[in-house]
Amino acid sequence: MIAEFAHGALWLAAALCLMQLGLGVAALRGEQAISRAIRPIAAIQALLVVTAFAALIWLFWRTDLSVALVAANSHSAKPLLYKIAGAWGNHEGSMLLWLTVLTGSGALFAAFEKRLEARTMAASLAAQAAIGIGFFAFLLLSSNPFERLNPSAVEGKGLNPLLQDPGLAFHPPTLYLGYVGLSVAFSLAVGAMLTGSVGSALARAMRPWVLGSWIFLTAGILAGSYWAYYELGWGGYWFWDPVENASLMPWIAATALLHSVGVLAARNALKAWTMMLALIGFSMSMVGTFLVRSGILTSVHAFAVDPERGAFILFLLTFYIGAALLIFGWKIGHVRDSEPFEPVSREGALVANNLLLSVILALVFIGTLYPILAEAMGEQISVGPPYFNTVIGPLALILALLLFVGPKLRWRRGGPLFSPLGIAGLLLSAAMLVITFLLGWNLTILERLGLSIAPGLALASLAPLWGRNLLRTPAPITGMVVAHLGLAVLLAGMAAESGFTKERLVLARPGEQIEVGPWTMEFEGTRPVAGPNWTAVEAELRASRGSGPVLLKPQSRYFSSPPTQTSEAALATDWDGQLYAVIGQGSESEGWQLRLWWKPLVTLIWLGGFLVTLGGLIALIGRWWGEWRRRRRLAGSGYRERRAW
Amino acid sequence: MMRPKQQRLVLVVAALVALGGAALLALWGLESRAAYFVTPSDIVAGKVEAGVPLRLGGMVREGSLDRKPDGVTVSFEAVSGADVVEVSYTGILPDLFREGSGMVAEGRLGADGRFLADTILAKHDERYMPPPLEKAQAAGETLER
Repeated sequence: MIAEFAHGALWLAAALCLMQLGLGVAALRGEQAISRAIRPIAAIQALLVVTAFAALIWLFWRTDLSVALVAANSHSAKPLLYKIAGAWGNHEGSMLLWLTVLTGSGALFAAFEKRLEARTMAASLAAQAAIGIGFFAFLLLSSNPFERLNPSAVEGKGLNPLLQDPGLAFHPPTLYLGYVGLSVAFSLAVGAMLTGSVGSALARAMRPWVLGSWIFLTAGILAGSYWAYYELGWGGYWFWDPVENASLMPWIAATALLHSVGVLAARNALKAWTMMLALIGFSMSMVGTFLVRSGILTSVHAFAVDPERGAFILFLLTFYIGAALLIFGWKIGHVRDSEPFEPVSREGALVANNLLLSVILALVFIGTLYPILAEAMGEQISVGPPYFNTVIGPLALILALLLFVGPKLRWRRGGPLFSPLGIAGLLLSAAMLVITFLLGWNLTILERLGLSIAPGLALASLAPLWGRNLLRTPAPITGMVVAHLGLAVLLAGMAAESGFTKERLVLARPGEQIEVGPWTMEFEGTRPVAGPNWTAVEAELRASRGSGPVLLKPQSRYFSSPPTQTSEAALATDWDGQLYAVIGQGSESEGWQLRLWWKPLVTLIWLGGFLVTLGGLIALIGRWWGEWRRRRRLAGSGYRERRAW
Repeated sequence: MMRPKQQRLVLVVAALVALGGAALLALWGLESRAAYFVTPSDIVAGKVEAGVPLRLGGMVREGSLDRKPDGVTVSFEAVSGADVVEVSYTGILPDLFREGSGMVAEGRLGADGRFLADTILAKHDERYMPPPLEKAQAAGETLER
């Protein structure tokens, strides 16, 4: 019965969504009285969808094999965490999750956004409902997660073992929160263009949604990247795979939007530009969903795919992007002129940031989708790291150089281009460049520049704190500095990983010693081990370099349902990098294939990514805290005024 | 300081120049850095230049897998139709690599006519039923490195 109730709840929510659209349009045409019903409708709709999603998780938890989706994707002998995560580890469940986040953010927006003018609010909620209807239709008509199986299955087919990993259990929800949070920015842009109220107030309403989505996207991409790093066992953290690019594109758009929405909020400038980016942001989320869910692209991450569903999503995304662009073209001429500024100013630097990010976004977009176009013309082509690294690397470095001056420039009219810390950073980078040559490091141009720019950037990124009382610095500025510092750390990690990694591939018998970079690894032998739903061959490697030995235990795992083999890489982290070991085929008599890496400073990639995310969090929480205090102060002063009266 | 109207014009021009630049850069990148997908038949027919980055897709011929004495280099024959190309690879083969099933090799054609692979990809999902090879390539089957 639970499945039927949940299915019914979804239909009811879809009907409410349709109602929200109708009421929003009516309110936009002047029927102010009925617009009050929109907020509760948005809230109930979200509650219904959340209930349906909770029901799906329950069905997976109980492994209810009379539900087709559970039978196809779960197994009674699976650990509990993966039973629950299995609810969104498949197409139908993940689309329900998408809808849960979409209606959930719509409801939060309806409930908590109080300052926005009523007509714009109604128009935005109508836009949000219009998006919702499309995805309700998609879920209910082509991907019903609650379909019954008659007769019910005896045992489930299991979840792809590669997905049975704690990191991956939380990777898709995090990413979806980011993807779909951008829908609110999209709806706000559509609503404000329709009512002609593009300005600072709109930007202030949009900013927390952009910042929140950006934080989730950053965290989700990091989690996915770390998963690929240790779970796939290929020794890399980013492969420019189409599915990775699908999450990177909304992130780039959100990053650009985050910077331009700040300009709109503070200076009432870059109006049309910010609206365009808000539309592109969620459009990229939909493109990403399309790429992942349609299976149109060959990908290491693409599991179970279906072209008909791809066509449905393609239709939805064409429709929404087309409609939004039409509204943009129709209405943007009526948007009042933005405040002017000089080329050398904070605004000017942020325009440069936005242009560079847009170019990078376009390059990723073209590189990811060109293979589809080529295939339609009968040519099989693969676009990979050689393309992306060559065209994007230099632009990313220019963006990093912009960070030496941008954050310290004044609004509107330029002051001095360089701050003292900016100059110091530049000198440090120049010195570092000379040092890389003096030490005779054999590096590519990009690696050399990355290693040189990173330390200078770390110094220059502190410039906005120069001369401030650290305790009284506004949280958004602290957050910005932490995020930019994180970028410098990330850059150092990527350049070092690329330039200094040492790799060995050997066939080793027990007792043999293998040199990897500064380490000596002793192969102690293999032994069989077993887990809840797998068996494995585990190798024991004792690594040492002067200091005490570290033990690494890479495994080659065999899962029985579904029958699959996976490699579990072993990682050992030291202060200056990570050892990474993978075991391949072999036997006791012939020896075992071992692939070993020493990756100096690779940990900086994760540390940098963490700092970038943390910076976003500090800014977001700081703004909330400031807003809360402002409201309390207002309420307090109102009380006193009334008393004086 | 510019008037707002002029400023808008400058921004629009800047955006167009940036996008135009992006398109040109992408074209150049795709022209020089993308890898074409070829079959053993293309190589046998002499359509393929040596030394250019490529992806070779084919079936692994039964009984052709040969492990070299160093233990980590293998060679095998990739076939499409009646055409055969020898592939040489140093590394750990993917878990799903099997004789008689499909694979994709990334690498380049050597001067001696052997294909030197940097990476080998094998079909990914055990639930996936291999359709005829040509169709599988066109549909972009899921692959594992």
